[in-house]
Amino acid sequence: MPNLKVSDVTLTFGGLHALSGVNMDVKAGLITSIIGPNGAGKTSLLNCISGFYHPTSGEIHYNGQRLTKSSPHQVSKIGIARAFQNLELFRGLSVLDNLMLARHQNLSYGLLHALAFFGKASRVEAENREHVEKIIDFMELEAYRKQTVGNLSYGVQKSVEVARALTLAPQMILLDEPMAGMNIEEKEDMVRFIFDIKNEWEITVILVEHDLGVVMDISDQIYVLDFGEVIGSGDAEQVASNPKVIEAYIGEE
Amino acid sequence: MTYFFQLVVSGIVVGSIYALAAIGFVLIYKSSRVLNIAHGQIIAAGAYITYALTVWCQIPIYISFVLSMIVTFFLAMSVERIFLRRLIGEPIISVIMVTIGLMSIIDGLIYLTPFGSENFSFPAFLPTEPVVFAGIYISYTQIVGVIITFLLIGIFSWFFKKSTVGISMRAVSDDQMASMSIGISVPRVFGLAWACAGLTAAAAGGIIGNITGLNFETLHAFGIIVFPVVILGGLDSLPGAVAAGIIMGLIQQFASGYLDGNFGLNGTANLLPYIILLVILLFKPHGLFGTHEIERV
Repeated sequence: MPNLKVSDVTLTFGGLHALSGVNMDVKAGLITSIIGPNGAGKTSLLNCISGFYHPTSGEIHYNGQRLTKSSPHQVSKIGIARAFQNLELFRGLSVLDNLMLARHQNLSYGLLHALAFFGKASRVEAENREHVEKIIDFMELEAYRKQTVGNLSYGVQKSVEVARALTLAPQMILLDEPMAGMNIEEKEDMVRFIFDIKNEWEITVILVEHDLGVVMDISDQIYVLDFGEVIGSGDAEQVASNPKVIEAYIGEE
Repeated sequence: MTYFFQLVVSGIVVGSIYALAAIGFVLIYKSSRVLNIAHGQIIAAGAYITYALTVWCQIPIYISFVLSMIVTFFLAMSVERIFLRRLIGEPIISVIMVTIGLMSIIDGLIYLTPFGSENFSFPAFLPTEPVVFAGIYISYTQIVGVIITFLLIGIFSWFFKKSTVGISMRAVSDDQMASMSIGISVPRVFGLAWACAGLTAAAAGGIIGNITGLNFETLHAFGIIVFPVVILGGLDSLPGAVAAGIIMGLIQQFASGYLDGNFGLNGTANLLPYIILLVILLFKPHGLFGTHEIERV
């Protein structure tokens, strides 16, 4: 059953075609990777899915629900979370507060409960805290819990991005180059996290990544973009042997 | 010495109203980076709505004061919805031009009403005898005005620190992309920022109207003094706006109390705030409490 369906999506900025006629089926419970050279339109595609851009034409559906014109906050409420390529964190807050803030957008108690911090409010608050601690634990961020995000190393901030997306308890998570700028150890950890996100947390993953070794290893399904068009798709073997893909990456002989 | 304290008291009274007026300005700038040139006009509109409700509709002033805050709340919200919502993502200079246009429109509308040319004053609803405390005179209107001002500032500070809506407003001012991705509706936050700005502006207008009477020129000047106040406070800092408001009030009172009429000087009360602003900005270009951008290279 296709979980996310991108049909014939075109995105233009003036005369520039960022995406033209992109079709993509993302199946629930799998890791789908989008690869391609710089400027191929990978991030534009993620932006269309998460509502930061609206396609010029074409449709995006998620479990039958139309996402084409949704705004980012609506997409996030539907259960599609996103981690950004360039860090978008609340830099002045601690790791814990960054995550709690994300969690807070889904509060279900009213003002009166909140004022008295009684009954439902304190229960929900405790549940939220528990959930956030579970994610800190999972992403191995315990050492940084109380530290200000802006002071952490780039690699750790990347992990915090992913952790914040997880905090929203999504069904699907969009990861935009989560390993860029990381050292080898951090990369290995991130690969393990992504695996666990899929297997243990049963969250569908869409991954944009430049490290082809990693992509070939962990993806169930790969889409290759070049100049805004899908030039190949399938599993790792199919993509690796696709002449068009080889051409885009290595050039013509 | 009594004279000195008299000046301190009136400085704090005036300054706290500056602070209240500045809060609205800071709110809009903080959340959406828009310099709202029309803020003084919103303050004036708030004052006139309070007067119209009190005198023309015969509503008790306590109720009409709250009513005018509510009306201005929705008025400012619609201004954002109609004029500014479609400018999200446009260059900031176009947005500022729109607020300049708004200023002219509201000015024009006010000139159409009697408020534009005539002076009005609120009927006295508090005892007119001033309170005398250790030789310092202070009127009941001033006392009530200051109490309301600090009450509102307190409520707003609490709102931004603790409430979910307040926290999401701060989140948006920190990082819009991140806020959207965690499910905050940024347009709604902008609308709310304008609405809250309208509410505080109406309160400031109502209080200033009660203390000085309703004169369009005075209210205009009041709107202009908000600029040095917020720049001094650092544009995006609420505590900064409060501190700067009171500093401004004190400077003005001292200038008019000690300098004007002496040493052949006149009108320093209007000039000195700007001179001191310039000097402070020389040493602290981000204002007293403004965000200092540090970029890691």
